[in-house]
Amino acid sequence: MKSVEEITAAIEAAVPGAGVTVIPNGSSSGQHSLLLDPRTAMDVARFLRDDAELALDFLSNVTGVDYLDKEVTEKVKVLRPVTKTVEGVEQTVQETVEELRKHTEPGYLETVYHLYSMAEKHGPVVLRMRTANRTDKVELPSFTPIWRSAEFQEREVFDLFGIVFTGHPDLRRILMWEEFKDHPMRRDYVEPDDFEYEPTAHDDVLARAKKHHARVAEYQAAGEGQ
Amino acid sequence: MKTRATTSGHALEDWNRPPVFETEGEGELLEVSMGPHHPSTHGVFRMDVALDGERVVKLKPVFGYLHRNHEQLAQTQSYLASMPYTDRLDYFCSMTNNWAYALAVEKLVGQAVPERAEYIRVILAELTRVQNHASAIGFLIQEMGASGTPLMYAFREREKILDLFESLSGSRMMCNYMRFGGCRVDPSPVWLDEARKVVAGLPQFVDEFEALLSGNEILMARTQGIGILKPELAVNAGVTGPMLRGSGVNYDIRKVDHYGVYDRFKFRVPLGGQGDVFDRYMVRVLEMRESISILEQALKDVPGGPIMDPKAKIRGFRPKPGEVYGRIEAPKGELGFYLISDGGPNPYRYRVRPPSLINLTVLEDMCLGHNVADVVLIFGSVDIVLGEVDR
Repeated sequence: MKSVEEITAAIEAAVPGAGVTVIPNGSSSGQHSLLLDPRTAMDVARFLRDDAELALDFLSNVTGVDYLDKEVTEKVKVLRPVTKTVEGVEQTVQETVEELRKHTEPGYLETVYHLYSMAEKHGPVVLRMRTANRTDKVELPSFTPIWRSAEFQEREVFDLFGIVFTGHPDLRRILMWEEFKDHPMRRDYVEPDDFEYEPTAHDDVLARAKKHHARVAEYQAAGEGQ
Repeated sequence: MKTRATTSGHALEDWNRPPVFETEGEGELLEVSMGPHHPSTHGVFRMDVALDGERVVKLKPVFGYLHRNHEQLAQTQSYLASMPYTDRLDYFCSMTNNWAYALAVEKLVGQAVPERAEYIRVILAELTRVQNHASAIGFLIQEMGASGTPLMYAFREREKILDLFESLSGSRMMCNYMRFGGCRVDPSPVWLDEARKVVAGLPQFVDEFEALLSGNEILMARTQGIGILKPELAVNAGVTGPMLRGSGVNYDIRKVDHYGVYDRFKFRVPLGGQGDVFDRYMVRVLEMRESISILEQALKDVPGGPIMDPKAKIRGFRPKPGEVYGRIEAPKGELGFYLISDGGPNPYRYRVRPPSLINLTVLEDMCLGHNVADVVLIFGSVDIVLGEVDR
């Protein structure tokens, strides 16, 4: 089994400009992962499957991870005009002042793929892809045309995380029902009070009765005025 | 049969899709919704089937009736607190579910497991495999129309194994037995003797089962040449377990990963030749025999020593930031757990790789062109549990 660096070099040689970054893993499992660029990911994936030495023909696990927007506070040194009293005379002097600045690092959604080789019996090779943000740019290429095992698992990631896989042949919700709106595996998901609330005929009758009472009250009020 | 038209011009990318069937004649397609309470669906599972006469021309599985977001639940509590919940994934094989989860966490923190615990784990996993395969075959034959007898033969044997589980862990099916760095209770010498007695009776059961079924003319007529799965498609679609080996692909994680102490036992990996329902049945029967052989070897000399690593951290269990994917050969296929730790007491991300769900990817490919009665058989030969499919 090749090391992550060797696999990266092989990918860069086969797909020029692939833009693969190694993400180190701090745990004792030592499963480092490769961050792919979504634009070249399909070519890289096809290379990984068809290369005779790697022969990663078995895509075992597909899953999503959600990272929220992070608020980072850092100290910045800034040049500032400061009013000072020097020897009895008031002056304005340029001085460097330390200041706390806050900015938000945008969150992202991530897909993780675990690849093994059934022909060579080695693995795993871990691939990752990240979306640009968590709200509107959530498209990633689908690996289903290359590995069929991604079909249901990518549907699950779409359902629970809301990542849209372009090129997936049948992208529908899989575990939640079709009419469901949110994505329950996101970190900021809030449960509705009533999962199965549906407006019923009873609600219509109630609404009509309310309207009727309001009209009666209006009529009576008008009658008293005369 | 017409091949699917491709947009890019080369058919290579499309070989792993289910074929598109053209209808014969003028008749309309009949759409049948099999399930969610069909007796053959092992729980709440639905197949939307389009029929041309008796022939299936389209089949879409529908999931989610048992979905309870097990993954979100596990992310809101500590690592150990999810252990009892893993029992409820594949409720036929809670011991292997426990093992897969414990293995992933042990890999995450670099925890060693004492030798005695490894032996006990192997014994329990192989007992689980025997009872799972026996009941899977029992259900398959039940769906074929042999109502009762083979299933009851299987359940008689399963009951003996579940009694062993109960006397060890306190529960027949929801065992909650394994811990990070070992097992919960030490089996007594009496329990080991009982286990040896049960295992000594198993070869006779398999012989009896096979004498009843394997040569049966009706079984052969109903299962041979039905639901063929090609090895290339099986690999590409991530099919694992007896279904993959029924198609003739030699891939058993016990042999590939050498997890636990499996490299100390001699066993063979049975392979099918045709990839039909009969091969999947036969692979399960032969795997039961191999499991019995592993059990005999493991029970011969169970080493002494602690059942739990004394250095294992239990209170304030907070793994270093990092991630892990750990997997084992569960009776239904590759069961994996993917965990991300951010240094806190709860996993940041907890994911189960369910073999039952992923093995169903190729259900449509196997069923197209067959009769409805065969769909029931093909579905039965996949061997799923809905607790794991929907999670």
